[in-house]
Amino acid sequence: MALMPVKFDLRKRVKLAQGLWLLYWLSVIAGILVFSMGLFFKIELRKRSEMMDNNESHFVPNLLILAGLVACGINAFGGKVCHDSLDPTKFAKWKPMLKNYLSGCFGFNVFLFLVALLCFTMQFQLYFALAEGLRNSIKYYKDTDTPGRCFMKRTLDMTQIEFRCCGNNNYKDWFEVQWISNRYLDFSNEEVKDRVMSNVEGKFLMDSVPFSCCNPGSPRPCIQHHLTNNSAHYDYDHHTEELNIWTHGCREALVSYYGGMMNSIGAFLLLVIGLEVAVMVGLQYLTTSLESLANPEDPESESEGWLLEKSVKETVAEVTAKVKALCKRNQVEGEEQAVATVS
Amino acid sequence: MALLKIKFSFQRRVRLAQGLWLLSWAVMFSGLLVFSMGVFLKTELLRRSEVMHTTDIHVVPNLLIVVGLASMGINLCAGRICQDTMDVARFARWKNHFIPFFTVSLLVTSMLLVAMVLSYALQPNLEESLKIGLKNGIRFYKDTDTPGRCFQKQTIDRLQLEFKCCGNNNFRDWFEVQWINSRYLDFSNPEIRDRVRSNVDGRYLMDAVPFSCCNPGSPRPCIQENIRDNSAHINYDYQSETLNLFSQGCHQALVSYYMGLLNNSGPAVLSVFMAQMSVLLSLRYLQTAMSGVKDQENMEVETIGYLLEKGVKETFEEMKENLKKILSLNGGQVADEAAEATEGDAKASAS
Repeated sequence: MALMPVKFDLRKRVKLAQGLWLLYWLSVIAGILVFSMGLFFKIELRKRSEMMDNNESHFVPNLLILAGLVACGINAFGGKVCHDSLDPTKFAKWKPMLKNYLSGCFGFNVFLFLVALLCFTMQFQLYFALAEGLRNSIKYYKDTDTPGRCFMKRTLDMTQIEFRCCGNNNYKDWFEVQWISNRYLDFSNEEVKDRVMSNVEGKFLMDSVPFSCCNPGSPRPCIQHHLTNNSAHYDYDHHTEELNIWTHGCREALVSYYGGMMNSIGAFLLLVIGLEVAVMVGLQYLTTSLESLANPEDPESESEGWLLEKSVKETVAEVTAKVKALCKRNQVEGEEQAVATVS
Repeated sequence: MALLKIKFSFQRRVRLAQGLWLLSWAVMFSGLLVFSMGVFLKTELLRRSEVMHTTDIHVVPNLLIVVGLASMGINLCAGRICQDTMDVARFARWKNHFIPFFTVSLLVTSMLLVAMVLSYALQPNLEESLKIGLKNGIRFYKDTDTPGRCFQKQTIDRLQLEFKCCGNNNFRDWFEVQWINSRYLDFSNPEIRDRVRSNVDGRYLMDAVPFSCCNPGSPRPCIQENIRDNSAHINYDYQSETLNLFSQGCHQALVSYYMGLLNNSGPAVLSVFMAQMSVLLSLRYLQTAMSGVKDQENMEVETIGYLLEKGVKETFEEMKENLKKILSLNGGQVADEAAEATEGDAKASAS
């Protein structure tokens, strides 16, 4: 009792083969797109790896690159099979491999689904990596003379300018760290000495932010220093002044950027899975209709194609029986080897 | 004495039609490329239109957009004509349309050449426009409360941050204008009053630059004020400090950016021009070769294809004759009407 049988005459078979060939080439393009998305994601993570303490996980983009390459290969092979399917001599070459190929396709679709799930869930790991990494970046902002951290200042400045953000959660994070290197502090100045000595850890803290926090959309020139002191600037109230510096924190900005990227990649992967399932079903119908030709010599005869040879239950029972038989055989072989070594 | 005759057998004709069909599709895509180049160039020019004084340069992307669309249409028609060569009856439909089609196509293709020439010729114009535009931008930087100029500050700041440049020619341009609005200057402060009064135009000048001139690659926090005063900052020498601010002027940065865009588009447009000309020439050969095929039954005859039926000079003379005829026909009509009118007047005055 075949599952979802469909009758095919020659014209229908030819149409199916042609349509399937086009779909396979579309899937190859989709595979190339998945590959390039994985590459793009990997490059974006590398660009800002300093913000994530250099321990961000490249697992998902690597999987995407692999999935893209495998998808290209599988779909190109499928396209070749479709192209040859209407010529019985050429098709006979591919016949024996098709069952394994289709089960391989099924496994690949499951793999793609897992990768899509990972895309959606990896964002949490990224959130924590960014929180930790940004905190350290702000701490090491001033260390432009320490090897390994010389470019932290430039990276953080460029990030704040590009993502229009300031600090980790907001601009007050800059008040809690010393972001000016001691080399550029004049310790002969009384004010500077007082400030350093009044701090428990000897840090020079002030209520100022770096220039990269400045908002170009502000109508007045940027106020970076003495931010909380209203009297230090003419006509300035720090409670009502919103346009002076960026109000968002960089963690929020970066998380929404990467989150958006991962969500769109996940959604695209789901589309690709849909396409792959469609071509798999089409190929199954094509091969079964070609196998069940009423008169093998006459290509114009009618035939029937189906999705599964028996119903779902029976197919599942068959598959589990096969897997059990395989396991038992391995077990027996293992026992025999153990007996042989003992004796 | 036809120009550049070639003999065409049936096979050759078929091959020409097939090859031309493929070529016309390929050139259609390059027409699409020209169109998208025009759109990209136009958007880039519009994005920075606030620092450009004149819009003369916009003629180049406008031409590219129009020519790109027209060439896509021409190539689609050419492909259709190729498909129709197999059916003599269908091909006969196109007979009367060939001359206008070829004239229009030649005109459009020559526009490509004009666009390429203009993209090189208008570059000095663009440089001048940018110079004036930037100078005004810097002058009106502080006018965030004047309608029409409120966003000048934001534009200049974003420009300096994106192109990593400062001022028109260099950062000293900021020393010569007042870039802080008087609304934010405390005139009760004697220092500020002195500075304003010491200046002839009553402007508040200082050697300071806006924050957007700061170079993120500098190892020390940005020094924006008292730039030329070495004693104002510890361990600072204005002459040797190169990383503090951006050293390039925005004029130089913008000019090299746009020159790059225009210079790269030049060779691309030239290659599309040559491809389009080859399509038109092949189509002419196909048309003249097919004109020798009279009906569907005798499709396999050998015919001759040529570029011009007579030599160049004779074709030119013929065109002049035709034009004269058309003009004299019109002139004759006008003369006739004038004669009738005078006759009518004479009759009226007589009776």
